Formats: sequence, structure tokens, C-alpha cells
Amino acid sequence: MIKAILIFNNHGKPRLSKFYEHYSEDTEQQIIRETFHLVSKRDENVCNFLEGGILIGGSDNKLIYRHYATLYFVFCVDSSESELGILDLIQVFVETLDKCFENVCELDLIFHVDKVHNILGEMVMGGMVLETNMNEIITQVDSQNKMEKSETFIFQSPRQDR
Amino acid sequence: MSDVVERTLTALPGLLSLDLQTGAGKLSSTSKLGNLIRSITELTSKHDEEKLIKRELAAIKEQVSSPNTTMRQMKETMVRSIYCEMLGYEADFTYIHAIKLAQQGSVLEKRVGYLAVSLFLNENHELLLLLVNTVLKDLQSTNLIEVCMALTVVSQIFPRDMIPAILPLVEEKLNHPKEIIRRKAVQALHKFYLIAPNQVQHIHSKFRKALCDKDPGVMAASLHIYLQMIKESADSYRDLAGSFVTILKQVVGGKLPVDYNYHSVPAPWVQIQLLRILALLGKDDQSTSELMYDVLDESIRRAEINHNITYAILFECVKTIYTIHPKEELLEKAAKCIGNFVLSPKINLKYLGLKALTYVVQQDANLALQHQMTIIECLDHSDIIIKRETLELLFRITNAQNVTVIVEKMLDFLRLCHEDYAIIDLVAKVAELAEKYAPDNRWFIETMSTIFTVGGELMQPDIPSNFLRLLAEGSDSVEDDRLLRTYAVDSYVSLLQTNPTKLPQRFLQVISWVLGEYSHLVDDLSPCLVIDLLVRLLERPAVASDTRSWVMTAVGKLSTGAGGGTGAGGGTAEGGAGLVQRVSQQHSSSLDTQLRQQALELQLLSQDPELHTRVLPRGAVWGSLEVDSSLSFLDGFVSEALARGAAPYKPPHQRQEELRQEKALSLEPYALSLPISLSSCSIADRQSPTLLSISSGLSGNSTELPHRAGSGSLKLEGVKRVWGKDGYLPQREVPEGPSILQEASAPAPQTFPQQGGALTPPSADPSEEDRDKQQLASSLFVGLSSHNSTCLMGKPEAPVPQRFRRKHKNTDSASASSSSDSSHSPHDAANHFLYSSLLEEGPASPIMLAQNSLAPPKRTEANGTHTRGDTPVLPTANGVAEVGDQEAPPSLTMANEEAPSPGVGRHRDPPLLMGGMKLVQPCPPHPAPRASTQSSAEGADPPQLPELPPEPDHLPPELRNLPHSDMAPLASDQSLSLSCCRVHREDALVLVLQMSNACGAALLDVSVELQCHELKVASLRGNALESLPAQSVRVCWYTLLMEAPHTHVMVTGSVSYREESGPSHALEISSKLSLADFLRPLVLSTEEYGKLWLSLSQDVKQNLTLLDPDGDPLCSSLSVLKDKLQLHVVDIIGSEGIVACKLLQGAPCLLHCRVHAGALAVWLRSPVPGLPDCLLYHLQRALQER
Repeated sequence: MIKAILIFNNHGKPRLSKFYEHYSEDTEQQIIRETFHLVSKRDENVCNFLEGGILIGGSDNKLIYRHYATLYFVFCVDSSESELGILDLIQVFVETLDKCFENVCELDLIFHVDKVHNILGEMVMGGMVLETNMNEIITQVDSQNKMEKSETFIFQSPRQDR
Repeated sequence: MSDVVERTLTALPGLLSLDLQTGAGKLSSTSKLGNLIRSITELTSKHDEEKLIKRELAAIKEQVSSPNTTMRQMKETMVRSIYCEMLGYEADFTYIHAIKLAQQGSVLEKRVGYLAVSLFLNENHELLLLLVNTVLKDLQSTNLIEVCMALTVVSQIFPRDMIPAILPLVEEKLNHPKEIIRRKAVQALHKFYLIAPNQVQHIHSKFRKALCDKDPGVMAASLHIYLQMIKESADSYRDLAGSFVTILKQVVGGKLPVDYNYHSVPAPWVQIQLLRILALLGKDDQSTSELMYDVLDESIRRAEINHNITYAILFECVKTIYTIHPKEELLEKAAKCIGNFVLSPKINLKYLGLKALTYVVQQDANLALQHQMTIIECLDHSDIIIKRETLELLFRITNAQNVTVIVEKMLDFLRLCHEDYAIIDLVAKVAELAEKYAPDNRWFIETMSTIFTVGGELMQPDIPSNFLRLLAEGSDSVEDDRLLRTYAVDSYVSLLQTNPTKLPQRFLQVISWVLGEYSHLVDDLSPCLVIDLLVRLLERPAVASDTRSWVMTAVGKLSTGAGGGTGAGGGTAEGGAGLVQRVSQQHSSSLDTQLRQQALELQLLSQDPELHTRVLPRGAVWGSLEVDSSLSFLDGFVSEALARGAAPYKPPHQRQEELRQEKALSLEPYALSLPISLSSCSIADRQSPTLLSISSGLSGNSTELPHRAGSGSLKLEGVKRVWGKDGYLPQREVPEGPSILQEASAPAPQTFPQQGGALTPPSADPSEEDRDKQQLASSLFVGLSSHNSTCLMGKPEAPVPQRFRRKHKNTDSASASSSSDSSHSPHDAANHFLYSSLLEEGPASPIMLAQNSLAPPKRTEANGTHTRGDTPVLPTANGVAEVGDQEAPPSLTMANEEAPSPGVGRHRDPPLLMGGMKLVQPCPPHPAPRASTQSSAEGADPPQLPELPPEPDHLPPELRNLPHSDMAPLASDQSLSLSCCRVHREDALVLVLQMSNACGAALLDVSVELQCHELKVASLRGNALESLPAQSVRVCWYTLLMEAPHTHVMVTGSVSYREESGPSHALEISSKLSLADFLRPLVLSTEEYGKLWLSLSQDVKQNLTLLDPDGDPLCSSLSVLKDKLQLHVVDIIGSEGIVACKLLQGAPCLLHCRVHAGALAVWLRSPVPGLPDCLLYHLQRALQER
């Protein structure tokens, strides 16, 4: 099961955090900090797996991360997930973001947190990988976006609103 | 016309303003978010950020609470508060608005609302209840997107209690024409299965349908559920193995839409999932495994492209191949794959290769040998994670010959490591290895010292306590013990003399205990010197207060030697005594009460050498200490206090329970006068477990004890050992009679030439560096080839006990057996024992079988056939076998003990333990003659069983054939009498409550309410009746599960009813259930047992009394345990027996029993912390009762 998905930039500023298990607010922040601390000091030429710290559940849990330009994508998973599988899932996630935002960059994640969450929601649901087929994810997200446009239209006609 | 114009005109301003407003709103709020982010990035200090966010939150608060805010603005605001929350600032005032947004917004706003809800709230948040209706509405919506959103939120967070409300709707969605909806519905059901498995039990067939869904996405989603369910019980799903194999074949063969390809690998994630499922199914099952060989072969063959994801599949394949029933050809291929992984230049693959090796090495040690040079290289790898994984691998291949090298490597790593979790993990491993394979005393003590220094306060507390236990229990050779202990003393004295400041507290505690206990063994060491060293510790400010009390205790132990009593250091006696005097004086006014008490005790002790030798006997065999864990010597004191009107003791949970009840409105006019009735019965009930108190000489019935209990001296004597700071230690350290297997393996034949042959490293030309590595290799992998069977294969071979080399010889000490009953368990367990023996008189009364105790054996047969004839409740053949098992052995004596004769039986052996105070009129026991006539009738004519009048206990027919206890009266009043009985079902304990109406009129609105926070009520039936006709009997049953182990649990509750045209009444009931009711045999093969044993972490050891010491003690003791506690005896080999049981639907507990020195050395292991202790308690009781 995936316990948490964290995205932060090279300075440790969180850009997205999604926890699939309940932690207190403080613990979540601590986890983000600790994870950043662990991940940021790793060189480029070492493996992409890390043992999770104490906070995130000790030796059973792993951090699997990828570093893209200014952003770290970190998945905290337990031993029931395949390391390499998750590594490629991150790739799928990023490629999907790239398609949805057209050349995704850090700013897209900042200003469209909700959209990123929605894309993620199509891929991972309740800590389980739901969909790995990129086309399918994009179709779903697009259909919702279409809805958004038609909605905006509806919204502008007063009859519907009140 | 004008009408229309007028309307348009009136509408216009609204329209305009609305447009303006929304336009402006949109602009301003996006720019608001933009502004916020921009200004945050400009800030440099955390403090400034805090201030800014505070301001922002205040603005958000104002906006959300304003009535003019539109939903659209609300949505923007919500995004901002999501942002703030992500940065770690609580915006809890927006939670309710998030729910509102999800409820009232249009689709888009709803989506943000749901998103915010799932980010802000957790499963237990009370606001979540407000969401239920919204979800319900959206699930029924015709808009697909709304349904999707509802399903998404349901699978993220949903209150457990509310699942039934939406379950039918979600189930319905499984048949939805749209795949995405079906997929999400499956996922939601998976979530339900995780949080409330019994609620979705009935839809297993629908899961199967989802598995066969034509959409691969739905099928893939259902794999999550299957993986989970198969993990829990592989046996129930073996029939599906064929289907999974077929699916995998199709996936591998590229039958899925091209969409699912990832880097031209067909649906890799689905493959991975399927391979995992197959591994679980094929484990230990040859025929199932055979189904998979082909497809595994194919998977390996197809996964050729050089891409990450194919390696992910290969890795899963390898794991599966090594998990299922082995096939030579596949193993070879898998080994080759592992080779590719390990040798790969890609570091991720190397990591996985090491992981695979670690996994595989227990089965095939040669694989590690093949790659030894690579492993050596990995040891010096720049990546710390690779190093860690390598050490993990080395840990698995450690044996007596390479232990020093491997431990040295681990310690090297530890010294450079700064990650807490890595230190904790590794320190535990080193300690385990040191204890198992230590080559000599010196090495052992030094390694442990390093561990204590490095591990510091981080390490698990059981490491020092295990170490001390090992020292204290010693081996069977007195001389060896002496050497080890003197070595320890010497090395610690020199440590203290050099630089004690840097030593961690835990280590100081160990040092002071060892010095206090054993420094007299060293002849030329004056006690004064040791006391002096210890006292200097007391003066250091860095020494923590609990360490001080360890030190103090050590000083106390040493003070006799110094005081000139019996010790060797008589010459320097004056100095020592003076020192002790000074210390005790100095600390007798300490602010730390613990320390002050100890100082005062020390003062008294040092003045009275006789008392001192009695309280702190030097070098005493631990066995001579008896711990009166029932505290029976306080009985007199307690009864006196009760007589003076003190409130009787209640265990904490009961207190809380009552507090809670007090808070609720009491509908009864006045509660019964609790204290009086309870006190009388609690005194009567307090029986000290015989064996524990007999030898203590302090048993409850001596009358002068209460007075002495108050006086200081007795406190020292009696209490010290039980409660004192180190008082637990002796308790823990009572020698447990070496519970050690004589391991078949003598130290493996150390044939160096042979190793040379086997270990020829692959690299050919040995440069200087290479030679070093080769040397290292030969020292690391020594013994792997020759030692293979003894060491590596020895590990999985069931209970190779954690042993210290020296504990081998077999000199039986009589004391070992006499001491065997005191508990060795750590503090909490000791407390637990205390509680249970003090407050609960209840022995685990063994369950009765379906037949009445008085029934002749014929009845057994009748019942047997009956069981086999119609078994509506027993789902599997297994279940039947179980019943058969239990039916066989119960002897008549046991059955007689069981019979509920209120006069005699209540004290010792009540079939069901009552809370005691509310019992007014116990129902008469079963009319024995009737039972026997009836049963003989049944015996004569089994087929007519169902037509016979109902048995006197009115058990529902489907329960009647299961093992159950007698109906025991619980409570009654003039119109209603209640009794209850426990039925052991295969999967649960069923508590059957029988309500019989004794009066002439019907009782109305009978409702039963039971409470027990330690138990889980899986289902209940018949707990509310509209009416109970006159003179009739009804039953209600509760299916109970125990999730966390307890020795006993109290079930309390009440039955309320109303007489026709009369007032309503309530009857309080309470009853006690023992752990034994929740245990079921765990049927395992010896191999399975061995594997499971290794994987369990919680262990407890204890010596128990043997039964029938002259005959076949092991068999008779085990069979008694088996009968009373429903254990499964896996195997009996010589003087050892292995036994397994499990908590209902839950954790296993394995027992390893060995007859040694006239006692039964039991070693329990379980994944659940409390279970071994609780079970041990019942084992003790079961054997004592005989």
C-alpha cells in the first residue's frame, strides 16, 4: 500500500502532500521535513530507494523517489509494493502531468494544486494503484475538464444559478 | 410584453452585478493565491512566513464566514486553505465549509469540496458524518462525474459505522455500464474490506465477477482485494489459482489492449500483482505450484527488454519461484536472474539483487557464495542503502565461524551511521548474533559494551535486559559463569575508572547491576573501590534519576561486603561502611522520592547485617527467591481496610467503565450497594495461586501479617523484591532452567582446505587489494559451503533457541525447577500477572463439549455422527475434524470439575465467572438424571435427534453440536432469569444468552445490551425481542472476537424489559471470558511451524510444572494443555514438543516445550506483543489445576 505521496522542491518546500494513512498535522510536517532531509542529501548516482524513517513506520516502509529538475517526487510505500514498479509509476505520473499541463513545471503544481490532486486521484485511490494506463487517466481528467468548461458556461447564465 | 421587459430590467442589475462579482471574484482570488505564493517565496525567514500565513488565514476566515461569499469564491478560498494546510498551518475553521461545498456546489466546486474534505479530515473526524448524506445523494446521481467523485471520496475516507448506509449503492455500481464506475466501486469495496471486513463478507461472489470483468481495469482493481484476502487465508482461494494463471498468461501473451502497454511491456503492474498472488497461492502447495510453472517460465522468457519495468517483473518472478514449491529448472533460471541483478551496473538493480539474495539465501546458500566478491564490493559501496542491504544479507549467513568478521563490519557501519532507525535495527541484530554465536567471553563482553555505547538510549530496552538475564541465568557450568561474570566485572571497573561520562544511561544501569551483583566474585577487587566508583556516578549531574536508583541498589548490595559482614573485603570494611553511611545520609533528603526511599532503606540495611543478608542474599541462586506475585501477604491488610470501609480495588478498566456509566443517566432508582457485597466476595475470591504463595511463607491467612505489613521492615522484605526498582530484575532473572535445545549441530567441522576449494573467487589476478578482499571473503563466507546444513538450513528448522554457547551442558539443578513458577516476563507482564491473580479468581475453565459431562461415552458417538450428518455451521471439512479432535480426550474428572455446583464449584472452577455482586439466585444446575436419560435415548436412536425436545439449555440447533460450556446462571429476578453459555465456533466465540421468563405474563421490549471494549462484536442475533411469552425461553447470541490479547475480559451489560402494564426493569449482567475461549488450534506441519517460528518476534520463556513426572511427562502435560486450551500439538520429538494455536481469526502463537530438569521449559512466540504473556498465564493455570 502507498502510505503517502510527497512532492517538494530542492529547498524542501512542499508542493503536494497526500497521506493515505492518518497522521496528525504535526507528524505530517515532520514526515515531510524528515523525508526531505533524507532524500536531499543523496547523490545522483545512488539508488532510488531509501528506508523510511521512524516516523513513517520503520523498516517495513520504503521511500521511493525520483528527482526531476527542481522537484522531488517521493512515494512512501510499505513492503507490499514493488520498488521498481513504483519507480515507474512516478514516471507515469510525471508524464501524465506533462501531458495535462503541456511542459509541466513547478509553477503548474503550485497554482493548480487541485488539478494535480485530481490527476493523482485517478491513479492512486486510497493508497492503491488504480490506473496505470496513461491514456485512460488523461481521458478521465479531460472529461472532467470539459465539464469544467461547460460548467463555466452554465454558471454565467443566471437562470441556472439562482 | 411590458411584463417581460420589466422582468428583464429587474433581472439585469442582478445579472450585471453577478457577472462583475464573479469576474472580479475569480480575478481577485486567483491573484490572491498568486499573491500569497509570490509573497511566500519572497520571504526568507520561517517567522515571516508564519506571520503572513496567519494573516492569510484570518482573511480566509472572514471570507468563509461571510454570507455573501458565493460558492465559486468559496472554491477559490478552499484552494488557498489547502495550500496553507500543506504548509502545515491548521485551517480547521474551513473544514465545515469544505463539506458544505461538496454538498451544495456545482460539479466543479463539489470536486474541490471533496478534495478538501479528503485532505483535511481523517476517518475518525466527527464532521465526516455530515458528508454521508452528500455521498449518498451523489452515488444516486445520474451525472457520472458526481458518482465518480463520491466513489473516490468513499475509498479515501469514510466513517466505518456508516458503511452499511451506502453499501448497497456501491454494490449496485459493480454492475454499472461504465468501466470507470465499476473500477472505482471495486476499489471502494476494497477499502470497506480493509476497515470492516465482516461487512462485505457477503459479496465475495461479486468480487469474483469483478475479477472476470471484460474491462482489464476492473479486473486489475479486483486484484487488490484478492491479494489482501489471499494474504489472510490462502487456502480458501486455491481454487482460483487456475484463473489467475490464465489471466497472467493472457496478459503476458499481449492479449490486453495496446493501451495497457508500458514501454511495450503489456500491463506490467498487473503482472506484478498477479505474480504476487501466485506466490501466496503456491506457497507450500505442490499441486497449485505445478499450475504456474509454465506461465512463470514464459514471464521470464518474455521479460527481455532492458527496461526498469521488465526488471520489476523479473524480480517478482524470482521471488515467486523461490516461494512456491520448487522446480529445478525454474530455480536455475531465477538464480541466473539474481546474478544479472547483482552484477548489474545499475544501482537500483544491484539493490534489488541483494534483496533477492537475502530472500533466497536461506534456501540456497551457494548463491551467496557465487557472488561473494560482489557482496564484498557492496560492503564498501558509497551508497549507504546498499551497505545496509549487504549487512542484512550477511546477517542471514552468519554462523559461528564468521561471526566475528561480520559483527565487526556491522559495528564499523554503526559507528559511522547517524540514522536512528538504522541504528536501532542493526544494534538489535548485532546483539542477537553476539548472543547466538559468541566465540569467547572476552569478545562477547566487548561486543556488548560496544553495542551499549553505540546504541545508547536508542536501542530497544530488551537488549540490556536480555544481556543481564543471560548473565544471571548463567549456563549449566558454574565455572564458565564465573569466568564470564568476572570478566564483565573487570571490564566494567576499568571502564568506570577511565571515562564514565560518555557512557549512555542504559549502559550505566547495566554496569551498576553487574557490579552490584558480581563484583564479589573477583577476589582482589575491594568492595570499597567499587562502591567508590559507583558513588562517584551518583555525584555526576548527567546521570539520570532512574540510573541513580540502579546505582543505589548496587551500592546496597555491595554494602555487606564493605560492612564487614561476610565479604572478602573485610579489611577495608570501615571505609566502605563509612562511605555507605555517607551516601545514604546524603540522599536521605533528596528531592527525588525514589532515591530518598532507597537511601533510607540502605541506611536501615547497613545497620542490620542480618536483615541485609536476608533481603539481599549474596550470590543466591536465583531459584531460591520466591515471588509472591499474588501479594497474598497483603490479604489481611486489605480485609482490614475493607472492614474499615475502604473501597475495594477495581481494575482500571472497570473503574473507567463505571465512570462512564455514572455519567450516563441512571434509570434505576438506586444502584445496589456495591461496596459491601463486592468487598465480601472479593475477599473470599482472592485466592493466591497455590504454587506461588505456598513457599513464600507470607500467605494471607496469618493474622499478624497485616500489622507487619504496615511497618517499614516488612515493606522492605516483602515489597522490595516485587516492586523495587531492580526488584523486577530478580524476578526476571530467575533461571529458567536452560530451555535450550541441544542443537544437533556440534560446531561444524572446520575444514579449511575444503573452503579454499569452494571459495575460489571468480576474479583471477590478485592484486594487493584483491587479495585483501579475498581474505575478507574467505573469512566472511567461511562455513557456508561445509556448514550449509547445520547452520543455514538449521535456521529455518524451527526453534533453534537464542542461545549463548555456554549453555550447553546438562547439569540439572533442583533449584531451577522449584523456581520455575516465578514469572520471567518483563514488567508489564509481571503486572499483568499480579492483576490477574489478585483480582480474578478465574482459572481458564476448559470448554465443555457438546455432550453433557455426565453423559455416557455412547453419547459422544451419537453426537459425532450427528455432527457429520448435518453440519450447517461448520463450513469446512477442517471444522469437522476439529470438533472430532476436541471430542476425543476429555476425561471424566475434568468434566466433573466443570459441573456447575454452586456450592463447591464457584470458588475454584466456575464455568463462567460472574462479576459476583449482582447474583441473586443462581439457577439450579442441570438436572443430571434428565440429561443422562435423554442422552442415552439419543445415543440409542441418533437419526431422531432433531425431533427430540429441545435440550434444557435451549441452544440454537446450529450451535448445539459445537463444543460449548454449560449454561451458567448469570442473574435473575422474580420474572426473568438469565444464564449464558460459551460456544466455541471455528471462527468466533459465540456467547449465548438465555432469557427465560419465569412469571405468568409476557415480558415486553426485552433488549440486551452487552459491552466489552476489549472485544469486537462481529454479529449479534436476537438481542431485542418485542415480547417474551410467559414461561418461555429465548436466546440471544453475540459473536465475539478478541483482537488484542487479554488474559481475561469482563463482559458487562444489562437486560432491560417491561412487564405488561408495569414499570420497566433492568438486570445487570457481567461475566468473564478467558483468553482460552478465543484460542483455536492452528494446524501446521513441522516445516511450516519452523518457518513461522523464525518470522515471529515477540517471545517469552518460562518454566512450568510438569505433570506426571514419572510417566511420560511431556505427553501428559501437552495433552492436558491441548484439551484445556485448544492447542494443536504439531509434533513431539524426544523430549521436545512443538505446539501451535491462534487467536481467533488472528495472530498465531507458537510454543516450543521441552522437558528439562524436571520442569517444562516453554518458549512462546507470536507476532502480537501481549499474546505470549497472556497464554503463558493460562498454561500455568491449566497445569496447576491438575
